[in-house]
Amino acid sequence: MTKLVTLFVPCFVDQLTPQVAMDMAAVLQRVGYDLHYPEEQTCCGQPAFNAGFWGEARQVAERFVRVFRSAEMVVCPSGSCTALVRHSYPELLAKTAMQDDALDLGKRVFEFSEFLVDVAGVTDVGACFPRSVTYHDSCHLLRELHIKEQPRKLLRNVRGLNFIEMNASEECCGFGGVFSVKFPEISGAMGDVKADNIVASGAEYITACDPSCLMQIDGILRRREAPIRTIHLSSILANTEGSTVS
Amino acid sequence: MSDAVQQFHDRAQAKVDDVSHRKKIRWAIDTYEKAVLRGRARFADWEAARQRCYEIRWEAINHLDRYLEQFEENVSKRGGKVFWAADAEQACTYVAKLAEARGVKSIVKSKSMVCEEIHLNSVLESKGFKVWETDLGEYIVQLRKEPPYHIVTPAMHLSRADIAELFRKEIPEDVKGETHEELVAAARRALRRAFFSAEMGISGANFLVAETGMIALSTNEGNGRLCTSIPRIHVVVTGIEKIIARTQDLAVLWPVLAAAGTGQNLTAYSTLIGGPRSNREIDGPEEFHVVLLDNGRSKLLADTEQRDLLQCIRCGACLNACPVYRNIGGHAYATTYQGPIGSALTPNLRGLAEFQHLSYASSLCGNCSSVCPVKIDIAEHLLQNRRNAVNQGQRPRAEEIGMRLWRWTMMDERRFAIIGTMAKIVVRTFGALATYPLKPWSRKRELPEMPKASFRQMWRKHGRQQQR
Repeated sequence: MTKLVTLFVPCFVDQLTPQVAMDMAAVLQRVGYDLHYPEEQTCCGQPAFNAGFWGEARQVAERFVRVFRSAEMVVCPSGSCTALVRHSYPELLAKTAMQDDALDLGKRVFEFSEFLVDVAGVTDVGACFPRSVTYHDSCHLLRELHIKEQPRKLLRNVRGLNFIEMNASEECCGFGGVFSVKFPEISGAMGDVKADNIVASGAEYITACDPSCLMQIDGILRRREAPIRTIHLSSILANTEGSTVS
Repeated sequence: MSDAVQQFHDRAQAKVDDVSHRKKIRWAIDTYEKAVLRGRARFADWEAARQRCYEIRWEAINHLDRYLEQFEENVSKRGGKVFWAADAEQACTYVAKLAEARGVKSIVKSKSMVCEEIHLNSVLESKGFKVWETDLGEYIVQLRKEPPYHIVTPAMHLSRADIAELFRKEIPEDVKGETHEELVAAARRALRRAFFSAEMGISGANFLVAETGMIALSTNEGNGRLCTSIPRIHVVVTGIEKIIARTQDLAVLWPVLAAAGTGQNLTAYSTLIGGPRSNREIDGPEEFHVVLLDNGRSKLLADTEQRDLLQCIRCGACLNACPVYRNIGGHAYATTYQGPIGSALTPNLRGLAEFQHLSYASSLCGNCSSVCPVKIDIAEHLLQNRRNAVNQGQRPRAEEIGMRLWRWTMMDERRFAIIGTMAKIVVRTFGALATYPLKPWSRKRELPEMPKASFRQMWRKHGRQQQR
């Protein structure tokens, strides 16, 4: 019997890094899931929530709950967006008609690596990626969802992959959403520190579970013309023997 | 952009550009971090200790009224005097008048952030008193005429060479060499003279114990004990939120404060002081005064959502953990309390209008919340401050309009898809430099490549292929 999962593809993944979600879908199918993608979805509301515009965020969050509440299990390729639904919706939607649905939905929304390891019980997805890779612990993934070992387990089971821990993997990359353009000097300095640690690891690739962190890291590494490339966890796991690694 | 925000940006930019400054701070904080990890590991269950500290502080804050009166009663019984200061001016005036009335000329101080908060030194100096900071770090920044850089480590931003140069200039007769030991000895010589000539000693308090009316002091250099026992008058200047119910609470608070702040088992000197010299005692001060400062704290206490900010025990752990602090340092904040706790607290104590930008200057990484030994969810408070600023109509008009447009876009998936496609075309055509808000992004970073299709387009195509 195949099981059904619903894809939650955050707004910026939909628009800027669609391949990340395509790769997530491919991996989920490979490990035996049927997929459903509700086209009505847009955004979870995080940009407004973090900017303090909770009124605006609430309307978008309520819409999100309406779109996803009938789903049995929801999987998302971003720790930050998953954390918002699980962690912040109960506060944002408290004392609204949606509060119970939101609380309930929070228990059924999973970040991709968490879903594979903790729900599907899979640590080897049959991937092959013969490169050296280091991993960045994204903040909300780590500190709100407490996901640290799951992506590492998945990476260690990828054929040919040489996993390298970098120094200070838990330190913020400096992205922080609108923070990155409101305080570019601070965000850039934080990104510089991250990039230094990534380069020092000597890995060929830097991976993470959050495309937003990777966008910041990628932007800084490319500005420096550093030879190291960014890749989302889902794209590593989607890679199989025979497919080419660029 | 308001002046306060622009000035913050300017200071942050200057510090970010100062690579040697960033190196010093990183080295200092890395050293502390290693010590703190070792300190925490000594607890059988660090999380349980944090939880206990949270409970102790939360209970105390929620019964502040009762415990403060109990504290005052117990101080009075032993002949001490408690003065309730509503604001900085009342507190400074009380201390200055007391010093005048008792013919004080010279004052020694042990480290107190509350004294920094009310700018006590400048008030006392303007009235002609000689004021000596006696904590080594505080003494150094006082000689440099700077505010403390860090609530626990005031001179964190200075190297040994910086301090040697300063001492050569300010206390040349005491400097016999420039090793760490010789520099400490130089300060010690200068400060010894101060201790034995001062008529008044001022200290802060780490905790106020309600059931005994005693103040608890945690220091590392012994200067706290000298300040509070040699001069004939001891004045404690502290905030009303420092209260705890019982002496036994210190059994967990003291070691947790030391572990979280510096990684020590306990600070070198943990002292309980209860009042002036009694008839049975041969030394100690003749007078004992406690100035209890409000200065915005009771207003924060009335805010049931954010009052747990008053639980803070000023250990400095969140500063060390903060990637913003690590890059811009303490002085860029231009507030008494720096780092995450300062960015959460200052808008509440001194007004959102002038200080809300501090709550926005965070990536919300949450490391502050995860290290706080009394479990204040500092990142959550930053969010709440932002929400309050929006609700009070204190955000720029352009931002309000932008957020309304954002909502309008996100409330319909077709609108979202069309606007997303258009935005990518604009960026592809004109590049990042022409497109706000991508201009600040491009100062430090390349823009991501704009994909040709969105996920929803790719998914539809994928679906069609699978059906075939």
